[in-house]
Amino acid sequence: MNNVLVKNIILFVVLVLLQVGVLNQVQLGGFINPYIYILFIILLPVGTPGWLTLVLSFVLGISIDMFCNSPGIHTSATVFAGFVRPYLLSSLMPRETVEPTDTPNIRLFGTGWFLKYCLVMVIVHHVSLFMVEAFKFSSLHLILWRALLSIVFTMILIVLSQFLFTRNNK
Amino acid sequence: MKNLILFILRNHYVLLFILLESVSFVMVVRYNSYQHTSFINSSAAVAGQVNSVFSTVNNYLSLNQRNQELNDELARLRTMMPESSKIDTLAAQTAFDSVYTQQYEYLPCRVISNSVKSANNFLTLDIGSKHGVEPGMAVVSAMGAVGVVKAVSPNFSSVISLLNQNLKISAMLEKSGYFGSLGWEGGDYRIANLEDLPGHIKVSNGDVVITSGYSTIFPKGVMIGNVESVTAHGVNGFMSASVRLSVDFKRLSNVQVVRNLLKKEQLELQERAENE
Repeated sequence: MNNVLVKNIILFVVLVLLQVGVLNQVQLGGFINPYIYILFIILLPVGTPGWLTLVLSFVLGISIDMFCNSPGIHTSATVFAGFVRPYLLSSLMPRETVEPTDTPNIRLFGTGWFLKYCLVMVIVHHVSLFMVEAFKFSSLHLILWRALLSIVFTMILIVLSQFLFTRNNK
Repeated sequence: MKNLILFILRNHYVLLFILLESVSFVMVVRYNSYQHTSFINSSAAVAGQVNSVFSTVNNYLSLNQRNQELNDELARLRTMMPESSKIDTLAAQTAFDSVYTQQYEYLPCRVISNSVKSANNFLTLDIGSKHGVEPGMAVVSAMGAVGVVKAVSPNFSSVISLLNQNLKISAMLEKSGYFGSLGWEGGDYRIANLEDLPGHIKVSNGDVVITSGYSTIFPKGVMIGNVESVTAHGVNGFMSASVRLSVDFKRLSNVQVVRNLLKKEQLELQERAENE
């Protein structure tokens, strides 16, 4: 349990630093911005209580917002993603026998399952993020286009990180 | 209370989500200038729509009052129009000359009502006693004699037109100097009748008729018209002629009131002579 806590704190710090220190500086093609920090919510242990997920989402989002100087935008998107997560997990859970401390990683649950789970989470997060950022529906196609490109890049980064991290952790 | 706590506990997840999401949105709207402006703008747009509907209804309900207000305003503005006021300053010209003593002063004015149709026609001028007009003054236009002031009010004066059967003025033939009495007998507003001419004189058509200046009203030599035809050789030794008036009374606009500065002196002298 302690191990899980420390691991997640480190992951949290690393992801936030990676996000604000590297990815926010690199805006591909002007407006494509991968948001890798959502990986923290994705990788929370399966048995994390719902309220804790929400609180952690809130803390994560507000941390990013503090660095991005955009109070509330990342917070709202991340909280929404955190809210969706338990329902998503319970509907997608492949096996009955899952330890509460298990993180939904690619080795344990399989590539296909993980990609599906990640994709839904990233879509939920990114679309709500770009919606809040634009704050209007009039340029919906532009929002969705931006969201789509960012989703693709975030997914690529997540999959890459999965291979890197899980190998190292092993 | 217990039920409420139970409800909160049972739905703590959703409620917590709503709480956190609300906090985020409050932050979004409050601290991000773009979203703030956008939020304000869209709420203003919605509020504006609602307000305009309400104000349309309101306007309709208060139409009576609005009309009344507009009417009052219209009346106020009309009163302020230049057409509503009279010019009180008159350019009455007085010449100062040591050789001639000025006898006549002309007050420019406008005809504001006129008629030629009735048997006794009157004019109304836009100046009155305030401007120095008195009953008995002559009224002339650039084309010739017009009439005599009959009554005055502070701002207006009523003028007996030449086209009035009660007015006779002293007229003379310019060429020969014989004088008669000119009056109008109704009918054609362009023709007046010159009576009491001596029967022996020769009057030809086209002879110029002017004022004689024998009365204290008209100055001498104001154009009246031309002899149109000799109408009657009276049995009593007088004859009369019809005179085509030089003034077109149908389009009379700018006239002058003639003030005889020496009228009082002349009348006093004549009165004294008659009394003696």
